[in-house]
Amino acid sequence: MFDILMYLKVFLVGGFICMIGQILIITTKMTSARILVTFLLLGVFLEAIKVFEPLKEFAGSGVTVPIMGFGYSLAKGAIEGAETGGILGVLQGGLTATAAGITVAVVIAFIVSLFCSSKTKK
Amino acid sequence: MEVFERDKKYNEYLQSKIPKTKPWPSLFHAFWIGGLICLVGECIKDVLMYFFPEMSATDAGIWESVILIAIASILTGFGLYDRLGAYAGAGSIIPITGFSNSITSPALEFKREGVIFGLCAKMFTIAGPVIVSGLVACVLCGIIYLIF
Amino acid sequence: MKKIGKQTFIFEKYPYLIGSYSIVGPKEGKGNFAQYFDEVLKDDTYGQKSYEKAERKLFLTAVERAMGSCGLDRDQIDVLLGGDLMNQIISSNFTARQLQLPFLGLFGACSTMAESLIVGSMILDGGFANNVACVTGSHFSSAEKQFRYPLELGTQRPPTSQWTVTGAGCSILSTTKSSIRITHATIGKVVDWDVTDANNMGGAMAPACLETLSTFFQDTNTTPDDYDLILTGDLGKLGSEVLRDLLEYRGYKTSTNYADCGQMMFTNDQKVFQGGSGCGCIATVLNSYVVQRMRLGKLKNVIVVGTGALMSTVSSQQGDSIPGIAHLVVLKAEK
Repeated sequence: MFDILMYLKVFLVGGFICMIGQILIITTKMTSARILVTFLLLGVFLEAIKVFEPLKEFAGSGVTVPIMGFGYSLAKGAIEGAETGGILGVLQGGLTATAAGITVAVVIAFIVSLFCSSKTKK
Repeated sequence: MEVFERDKKYNEYLQSKIPKTKPWPSLFHAFWIGGLICLVGECIKDVLMYFFPEMSATDAGIWESVILIAIASILTGFGLYDRLGAYAGAGSIIPITGFSNSITSPALEFKREGVIFGLCAKMFTIAGPVIVSGLVACVLCGIIYLIF
Repeated sequence: MKKIGKQTFIFEKYPYLIGSYSIVGPKEGKGNFAQYFDEVLKDDTYGQKSYEKAERKLFLTAVERAMGSCGLDRDQIDVLLGGDLMNQIISSNFTARQLQLPFLGLFGACSTMAESLIVGSMILDGGFANNVACVTGSHFSSAEKQFRYPLELGTQRPPTSQWTVTGAGCSILSTTKSSIRITHATIGKVVDWDVTDANNMGGAMAPACLETLSTFFQDTNTTPDDYDLILTGDLGKLGSEVLRDLLEYRGYKTSTNYADCGQMMFTNDQKVFQGGSGCGCIATVLNSYVVQRMRLGKLKNVIVVGTGALMSTVSSQQGDSIPGIAHLVVLKAEK
């Protein structure tokens, strides 16, 4: 259950992916929205060519916590939808698979911003 | 033509003046913070599956994202996530927590402009492109699977 | 005519700088000019509900206290000149609404302080008024919100970035005699050497500053050595080094008498990369350090150059390069 080797792999792979992102930021001056989009699309692409699943088996949260995991869920939902429900399945699949994440992000953001305000940087 | 030459020369000169910062410290910061966030996620999943043995791995994965997103949003509200971001760079942008931060931070910033046109409308200034490009790409991907 | 050379104007009799006030935020209050500022805020919201409102209150305080510093009442001010970085210069507009003074709103981005001094000097030297108030300022958080990212977004600032100064400065120009007089002014042209990086404003504005300075030296037939201090607005560390190189390339050697407000505003351990920027940068330094040193007679002949980057977020996103502008005034200490 609590597998130390797995934790090591999660840490190393997750850290490595973020490090690649940092290299991109330094070399191309990408903004955070661009970085997020790039890695999301990378996740979609890796799932489309069926590489993401083995990666997930290997590193667990190391690949699913980075935003590419979000892309993976979208693509997986759409592909599964395509297999079971045709066009309608494709249209529903992506958001169905990621509904919880998007909804909670929006709802919590709404609640938090009712109670907090942005503070100036020091 | 002369103007073009001058501008080109000036921009080259300007590039050479930009201070060269050593990349290694920032790469290391991104590495260990990013790895740590992923590790926290894995632990959340394992703890959930330990206490709720009947939970499927997929559901545990969804709970993992939900909890990480919630934590990041609350940290953003307390003004802590931007400090983490200043230290870690991509290490706190790329994990799903960075996505959550990119939704909460504009909502906080623009709430003075009202709930509708401020908070709700501006919430997606950074996350909007992520959701749009993700949906377009996944529909494309699904259609390709339908055809082949 | 009161114009010499290509772009330089001479003021023969007036105007005198009789009153000044500078007010800054807490971060600036820990910087290099801390001891010179008239007022340092403990809290940069200034008791207001938003940063935009705080910026207005900074402006209002600056004007009222500047009038107080030379013992003028509100009805003795003939014209208020002001500008800021917010869309439609709202900070100045709302301050003018509050003060109920005849008002000309100016926009020259971060060069607005110099621009307002030039316009004010012309009004006075033309004999149209007795007292003119010139006010500009900026606020880090409101500028960040309008031009960059939300404050709470976790991103790293690039190494070429500058830190918008929270603060406002106001100068009162008058026909009444005092120890500081504005003698020359050069109105700059918009100069664009095709720099597109909005995170490198110093580099984008340096060519405009170069053009204005070298035109001024040609028009007046002087050299940098003739002045105690040449003070540029907010080129920052990188931009001021670039300007030194460019000036040298044109044959004007600058020594220790050249300085940049943005470069000097913060200390090295305040983590602001290239230094300060914004309208408030030169406005606060001019109305504190420069004015005080001139009154003491430590500085006699000072060139002040306000530098501005005239782009908007829209033009930047559409890939346009950044046009720069620089306006120059010369201050002389007189007995």
